[in-house]
Amino acid sequence: MSKARKDLKRNIKSNPYLLAGLIITGLILLMTIVGIFWTPYEPTAMNASEKLKGVSFRHLMGTDNMGRDIFSRVMYGSRITLLIAIGTVAIGAGVGTIIGALTGYFGGMLDEVMMRIIDALFAFPSILLALVIVSVFGTGWIQLLVSLGIAFVPSFARIVRGEVLRCKNMDYVENARLQGVSDFRMIFVHIVPNIKGVMASSIMIGFNNAVLAEAGLSYLGVGSQPPYASLGKMLSDAQQYMFTMPSYVLFPGAVIVLMVLGFAFLGEGISRWK
Amino acid sequence: MKYIIKKFGMMVATLLVVSLCVFLAFNIIPGDPALKMLGTEASPELVEQVRAEMGLNDPVLVRYARWFLNFIRGDFGTSYNYKVPVGSMILSKIPITLTMGIMAFIMTVLVSIPMGIVTAKHENGLLDRSITVINQVIMAIPPFFSGILITFIFGMILRLFTPGGFVNYTADFGKFVRYLIFPAVAIALPKVAMTVKMLRGSLIDESLKDYARTAYSRGNNTNGVLYRHILKNAVIPVITFLGMALADMIAGSIVIEQVFSIPGISRILLTSISNRDYPVVEAIIMGIAMIVIVVNFLVDVIYRIVDPRIGLEDE
Repeated sequence: MSKARKDLKRNIKSNPYLLAGLIITGLILLMTIVGIFWTPYEPTAMNASEKLKGVSFRHLMGTDNMGRDIFSRVMYGSRITLLIAIGTVAIGAGVGTIIGALTGYFGGMLDEVMMRIIDALFAFPSILLALVIVSVFGTGWIQLLVSLGIAFVPSFARIVRGEVLRCKNMDYVENARLQGVSDFRMIFVHIVPNIKGVMASSIMIGFNNAVLAEAGLSYLGVGSQPPYASLGKMLSDAQQYMFTMPSYVLFPGAVIVLMVLGFAFLGEGISRWK
Repeated sequence: MKYIIKKFGMMVATLLVVSLCVFLAFNIIPGDPALKMLGTEASPELVEQVRAEMGLNDPVLVRYARWFLNFIRGDFGTSYNYKVPVGSMILSKIPITLTMGIMAFIMTVLVSIPMGIVTAKHENGLLDRSITVINQVIMAIPPFFSGILITFIFGMILRLFTPGGFVNYTADFGKFVRYLIFPAVAIALPKVAMTVKMLRGSLIDESLKDYARTAYSRGNNTNGVLYRHILKNAVIPVITFLGMALADMIAGSIVIEQVFSIPGISRILLTSISNRDYPVVEAIIMGIAMIVIVVNFLVDVIYRIVDPRIGLEDE
C-alpha cells in the first residue's frame, strides 16, 4: 500500500470529521454525477395531473406546483450549485494565490497598495459585491459565478500572503535561493506547494461559503434563470407552498445544508490532518 | 491617539476607494442615463440638453467628485423610474434594516459569549460536544432557509407571529420590534454558532499559556483565572470577528427581509436592480458600504481600548 493511502486510512480512523465529510460530500457528488446521465424524470417536464404531490415511490421527493419531479430538479439544481461553487473557488483561489504570493514574497509598495485594496474589498460584504456586479452585468449564472469569484479573492489572497510571509525565510527557501532559483520558480515551485495543507482546508471552507452565497443570491433571483433552477432558486419558488406541501421546501433546503455541511466537515478534517 | 488618527485616515481612504469602485462600476454600464430618464422616443436635442444639465459631458473624475460630494451632503440623485429623489425613497427604510441588524447583533453577543465560556470550561464534556455538533449543523444552514423554517414552525404552526404581518415603526414601535424578533433570530443563528466556536477555541488557547498557569499557582480557582485573566485576552480576536459579523448581518438582512416580506431596503434594492434604476442601487450600496466601513473603524477603536498593546509601534 502506498504511503498516501496509508495516511488517508490512518486519518480517517482517527478523524471523525474527515470521515463524515467524505461520506456526505461523496453522496452529494454521486447524486449530482448520476444526475448528469440520468434523472427519474426530465427536470423541466410538467405534469398537470401531479401538482404538489407528496413523497411517494413515483416521486421520491414529491412534485412542485407545476407537477415537476422535485428529485430530478434537485439533481439538476445541485449540478448548477456545485458548478458555480467550483468556478467561484477556482477564480478566488487562483487569483487570490497569485496576488497573495506575489505581495507576500516581494513586499514593498506593491504589497502596501494591494493589501489596502484587498482590505477595502474584504470589508465589503461579499453579497453586496456580488449584487453590484450582477446589477452591472445583468443576471445569470455566469455573472453570478464571476462576481462571487471576485468576492472570494481577498480571503484567499490574505491567507496565502500570510503563509508566504511565514515561509519565505525558512531554510529550504534560503537553500533554493543559494542554488540560484529564480523568483518565479521560488514562489510557484518551492513555496506554494509547501502551503498546500493550509490551501486545501481553505479551499474546502471556500466551497462551503460559495454554496451558501450562491444559494442566498439565487434565492434573491439574480442567479440561474428559469426553467432550470439552482437549489436556492428552488427554495424561493417553493416558499409560498410551504404550508400546502412542506416537502417542496424541505428537500432542496436539506440538500443545500448537507452540501455545506460536507464541505465544512472536510475542511475541519483536513485542518486536523496528521 | 496617533493610532486612532491613523485608523481614521485609513477609514477615509477605504471609503474613497470603495466609492470610486462603485461609481466606476456603474459608469461602465452601456446605456445613456439621459436617454433612460427621458425614454427612447425623446428627440436628440432634448437628450443632449438633459445630458448637459446632468453634467454627463464632464470628465469621469469631475463627475465622481461631484457625485461623492453630493452623496456626503445627503443628495443621492434622482431615481430613473420614479423621478423622485433617491433619498426620500430610502431614508425611511434604513431604520428597518438597521434595527434588524442591531437586534441580531445584540442576540449574538448575549447568547454566544456565555455559551462560549460554558463550552470552553467543560471542554470535551458531553455538553461541549453536543453544542459543537449542533453548531456545525447550524453553520451549514443558510439564513434564508432557517428563516423559512422559522416562519413555518413559529409563524404557521405555533402562531407566535403572523408571517407577512409587518408593522412599520411609524405605526407601532412595539409591534414593529416584535415582528423583527424572528427575522433577527434567523440572521443571528449562524453568527452565534461561529462566535461560540471562536470564543471556545480562543479561551482554550489562552488557558494553556504561561500566565494562566502562574495565576493558578498563586492560588486562584478556575473561575478566578477564567474571568479575571483568560477572558480578557480571549475576547480580543472575538471582537474583531463580531465587528465583521455586524457588517455582515446588516448586509445579510437583504436576504432575510425577502424571506419575511419586510418592506425594507432590500425590496427597493432588488426591484431597482431588475429595473436598472442605477442611482438607487448606487446609493443603497454606498450607504451600506459606508455603515460597514464606519463600523470597522469603531471596532478598531474599541479594540485598542480593550487591548492597549495594539498599535503601540505607532505611538
